[in-house]
Amino acid sequence: MRLTPWRGNGPIMDNPPYIGRSVARPSAKRLLSGRGRYVTDVELPRMLHAAFARCPYAHARIVSIDTALARTMAGVRLIATGEELARICTPWIGTLDHFKGMKSPPQLPLPIDKAVWSGQAVVAVVADSRAEAEDAVEAVMIEFDELPAVVTADAARILDDNICFHTKLDTGDVDAIFATAAHVVSEEFRFGRHTPVTLEPRAIVADYDPSEQRLTVHHSTQTPYQFQDLYSRHYGIPEARVRVIAPDVGGSFGMKLHVYHEDMAVVGLSILLGRPVKFVADRTESFVSDIHARDHLVRARLALDAAGTILAMDVDDVTAIGAFSAYPRTSAVEGSQVIRLIGAPYRVRDYRAELTAVFQNKVQMSQYRAVGHPIACAVTERLVDLAAASVGLDPFEMRARNLIADDAYPCTSATGYRFEALSHQACLARLKQMMDYDRLRAEQATLRTQGIHRGIGIASFVEITNPSPAFYGVGGARISAQDGAVVMVTPAGDVRCLISVTEQGQGTETIIGQIVADQLGVTHDQVTIITGDTDTTPYGGATWACRGAGIGGETALQASRKLKRNVLDVAAAITQAQADDLDLRNGWIVDAATGRQRVALSEVARIAYFRSDTLPPGTQAQLTVAHHYAPEGYPFAFTNGIQGCHVELDAETGLVRILRLWVVEDCGRIINPLLVDEQIRGGVVQGLGAAFFEECHYSETGQLTNGSLAEYLVPMACEMPDIEISHIETPTRDTELGAKGCGEAGTAAASAAALNAVNDAMAPLGGRIARIPMTPARLLVAMGRV
Amino acid sequence: MIINVTVNGQAVRRAVEPRLTLVDFLRQELRLTGTHTGCEMGACGACLVLQDDRPVHACLMFAVQADGAVIETIEGLTERAVIADLQTAFHDRNALQCGFCTAGMLVTAYGLLAQYGVPSRAEIRDALSGNYCRCTGYEAIVDAIDTVARQRADHG
Amino acid sequence: MKARAFDYARPGSVTEALAAFAANPEASYIAGGQSLVPALALRLQAPSLLIDIAHIATLRGVDVAAGWLRIGALTTHAEMLTNPLIALHAPLLREAAPHVAHPAIRNKGTIGGSVALADPASEFPAMMLATGAEIEIANARGTRRVPADAFFLGLYQTAMALGELLVAVHIPIVRAGHRCAFDELTRRRGDYPIVGAGILAEFDNDVVIDARIAFLSVGATPVRAKQAEAVLVGGKLDNAAIAQAQTALDDDLDPADDEQLPAAVRLHLARVLLGRLLGRIMA
Repeated sequence: MRLTPWRGNGPIMDNPPYIGRSVARPSAKRLLSGRGRYVTDVELPRMLHAAFARCPYAHARIVSIDTALARTMAGVRLIATGEELARICTPWIGTLDHFKGMKSPPQLPLPIDKAVWSGQAVVAVVADSRAEAEDAVEAVMIEFDELPAVVTADAARILDDNICFHTKLDTGDVDAIFATAAHVVSEEFRFGRHTPVTLEPRAIVADYDPSEQRLTVHHSTQTPYQFQDLYSRHYGIPEARVRVIAPDVGGSFGMKLHVYHEDMAVVGLSILLGRPVKFVADRTESFVSDIHARDHLVRARLALDAAGTILAMDVDDVTAIGAFSAYPRTSAVEGSQVIRLIGAPYRVRDYRAELTAVFQNKVQMSQYRAVGHPIACAVTERLVDLAAASVGLDPFEMRARNLIADDAYPCTSATGYRFEALSHQACLARLKQMMDYDRLRAEQATLRTQGIHRGIGIASFVEITNPSPAFYGVGGARISAQDGAVVMVTPAGDVRCLISVTEQGQGTETIIGQIVADQLGVTHDQVTIITGDTDTTPYGGATWACRGAGIGGETALQASRKLKRNVLDVAAAITQAQADDLDLRNGWIVDAATGRQRVALSEVARIAYFRSDTLPPGTQAQLTVAHHYAPEGYPFAFTNGIQGCHVELDAETGLVRILRLWVVEDCGRIINPLLVDEQIRGGVVQGLGAAFFEECHYSETGQLTNGSLAEYLVPMACEMPDIEISHIETPTRDTELGAKGCGEAGTAAASAAALNAVNDAMAPLGGRIARIPMTPARLLVAMGRV
Repeated sequence: MIINVTVNGQAVRRAVEPRLTLVDFLRQELRLTGTHTGCEMGACGACLVLQDDRPVHACLMFAVQADGAVIETIEGLTERAVIADLQTAFHDRNALQCGFCTAGMLVTAYGLLAQYGVPSRAEIRDALSGNYCRCTGYEAIVDAIDTVARQRADHG
Repeated sequence: MKARAFDYARPGSVTEALAAFAANPEASYIAGGQSLVPALALRLQAPSLLIDIAHIATLRGVDVAAGWLRIGALTTHAEMLTNPLIALHAPLLREAAPHVAHPAIRNKGTIGGSVALADPASEFPAMMLATGAEIEIANARGTRRVPADAFFLGLYQTAMALGELLVAVHIPIVRAGHRCAFDELTRRRGDYPIVGAGILAEFDNDVVIDARIAFLSVGATPVRAKQAEAVLVGGKLDNAAIAQAQTALDDDLDPADDEQLPAAVRLHLARVLLGRLLGRIMA
């Protein structure tokens, strides 16, 4: 499906030099040279270091805290407990109004009465060095009174008053349909609890200057604007005197969007001391404090008729979160998306789902890459495969019969999602061709006779991108759904753009630069993009839910067009031509019709900045513009795709070799194919990590038992496959740019495709699994080998 | 105690606490922040540097152990231009995103390509087995190292 | 994760090292440090003094004499991979070496450190059993050699007394009739394995005249599968013998139950691994 002209202004450009091109990232060069500047690198004068004494129990009353000995230790400058910080910081509650009935206990930076998860920070120690702070932490004596802890979903569910959020979707006729359906398939799914494991841990330097009552926070975060607002409100500092800077960020994937107790505490510690305070979570702390995600128990069933048409789906999702809902984005979004995304690629008119989010005495849970999509996709695609088997259909054929037709748009899902235009069938056909599916099946059959068990699995998916204010704003959260850009031509005729979307390595700055360069007719290396500082960039939504390209890109596009208009106005005055007859190409103002160069952009800039006396009277050159863009139209720009996974199962050991993975992705107009493909690859590997390796293990007493990189298994190079990617481009007409997001697509379906592949491999051996990660032990048990 | 270390070709003399790790010494004392810490227990590879031209974990050494040693970091490798082809290949192939693992990846690649022959893709992945990356999914990194290995072999 | 404070000493000889320890019993020796440093960072251990033995020349070197391959304690895992004497005379160690952790760890970690720590999930302690090695230990009164079978006593417990220093391991060099195989089952390359094993068998024509089978990750120490060995010795190595050896493992191994890996699963995997390794050395 090729690009089609837009409504309104016609095509973006004829043969844009940069949009659609694989341009290497200018900002990667310094990262390659060891010149990255991460918060972990930040050093300020008189800076101190924080460490925390943590509660070892999952649930405990804080009886007493004795810091006398700790205070005497070398280098110790401050020790603070919950009470001290509660005096200067207001509590927060992680609920949103549009989640009706949602509740969560208020949180303070450090607790006063009790600790509610093992690892919760209870006392803060600030010292000249991190080592000295840790020494003093060992000398802090806290008396705890251990309380009963809730550590399983089942235990959590049956407790009175332990429900964070509950909701139901019901189109009405589901029971009747299931009662009479020709086939019903059902399954109980368990998804391992994850932690993001960003390579750069959480890092923050809070710098409160009492002489100006000004707070500057260097924060490894995706969203400096959100934190500017939060620090201002909770610490009572006027927003105008709070600055948050997000420099290079060493990985986030959603983890660094959320409020963490220690991070909030560090701001307070700096206020108390009037000196910069730095906190870098070490890896041990990261495991017991970074948000967790994906802890779901889903019981689901699917009804189909004798011909294999899906009739209805019925879902019960219990998600066991932490002891409170995360702030400000809640711990309910993941489950909410799970129940709304199940079945989304298919023509399913009748649907019922129930979501219950229950509290547990564990680490808090919240948005992590692909929020809810991996679970929804695995549930859907596994049931579809089971359904296919029940009627004797090949998995591709089953999907060909049931995926929404490519000409059926716009349409609305049974869960209320509105789809503008997707390409499920085209992606399905493309995948089958890419995989050389028929040959793989034939090869599988041959190898089975030799005792080699290969499996093929596929998974269709949709992905939420470009979220509107309906996502958070309507719930009362001060999380911006719009973005702003300031674009200017510099005296030398280069371009600077300050914009409110942010960079964590996915290439946000690069694609913004490509868009700006195209609109203003300059080379990419002439464009400087500045992000991540609330003092210098416009206020905006920053980067999450795949909004950078679609919303940020559109902001940059519209801003650049405004600037172009201003440049052409000045050029028209200089050349005595009509602005409408002019264009910007290759650093020159040219006759649009003939391409004849009229005046260099650098010359226009020189005149505007230094020789305004030579311009016609009344000409006020405006070579800087500010522009904001808020998404309108569809509440989300859905993308779609499909993944295929090929595995070889060692039936004797339960070990699985991932042979290859294929992705067909439709993310609308692609600005930089290189960056898009690498986002997909990274996302796929996270999904494969989920499928085979990652899981937080908790003991009966609520201790995280595998909280180290040796025991929480993140995917490493040897076990990961090469990944083949192909694209179909169905742009959105909601924007000029037509771009949608792509950052989470890889993760959305990889674990589902792998789950189907392993089940396919096991089928002749009588095994079946609906639990990830698919460990060797679980597979051996499933196959009855042990 | 006083230690004398050669870092990036320069003699460095400092007083350090014995418990100061080599990575903290490099990052905090010498402000060579190109080397990173991701786990402080040798599991992630973010802290790799060269000791006597061989990759080692700087988090698994104390600076005092490096007294008398020859250490090179990503900054030194860059200044000597000995990994320029790797850096170019990584850049062209987008074999980095957030960049936090990148110095460690380059040090590992340097060590691998110092060995004789052109490694297979499987051998490249094997050499990277101790380098954690969360962003790229590894394939682009393998591609970049593979490209350079072949280029170097072609040019002799 | 910063270690507690300690002092540091760098002796130039074994005698000096021993004396430093004797003067400070809460010391710890450090060689490669690849296992010790994380323990210090996590504050699981807190010696008051680190005695750095990495520069003691007599602890280095690999040589052959009188049927024994002497490998100095400071020989790194990387050198185990590249040293031609090891490849020639102790091929089982050469085969195990690539499985040890990751390349950068191998550049620093030493065989002396690995054997002295006696982590039951490590490759080289088990291979000391499989090769019938002798471990040379020094104390103030001199040195002694302890057969591997008598060296590993319990979890991280060896026949070494506090303050003694492992100076070398001695491996009987292989003869023409020897065949060996090593492998481990891991979730990811370089991880501590789910289960691992090494076999060194000596053949006279088709008949197995000696077999040493050692497992790692099956208990508190590396374990020799003596019942399985006994089944093989004196007969031909064929599929029937392999099956018998696998069955005998039930009597050799008694792995603990682990929440993520039940004992029955580990035992099953040990059987599978044994079968595959024996299959490899079968003619």
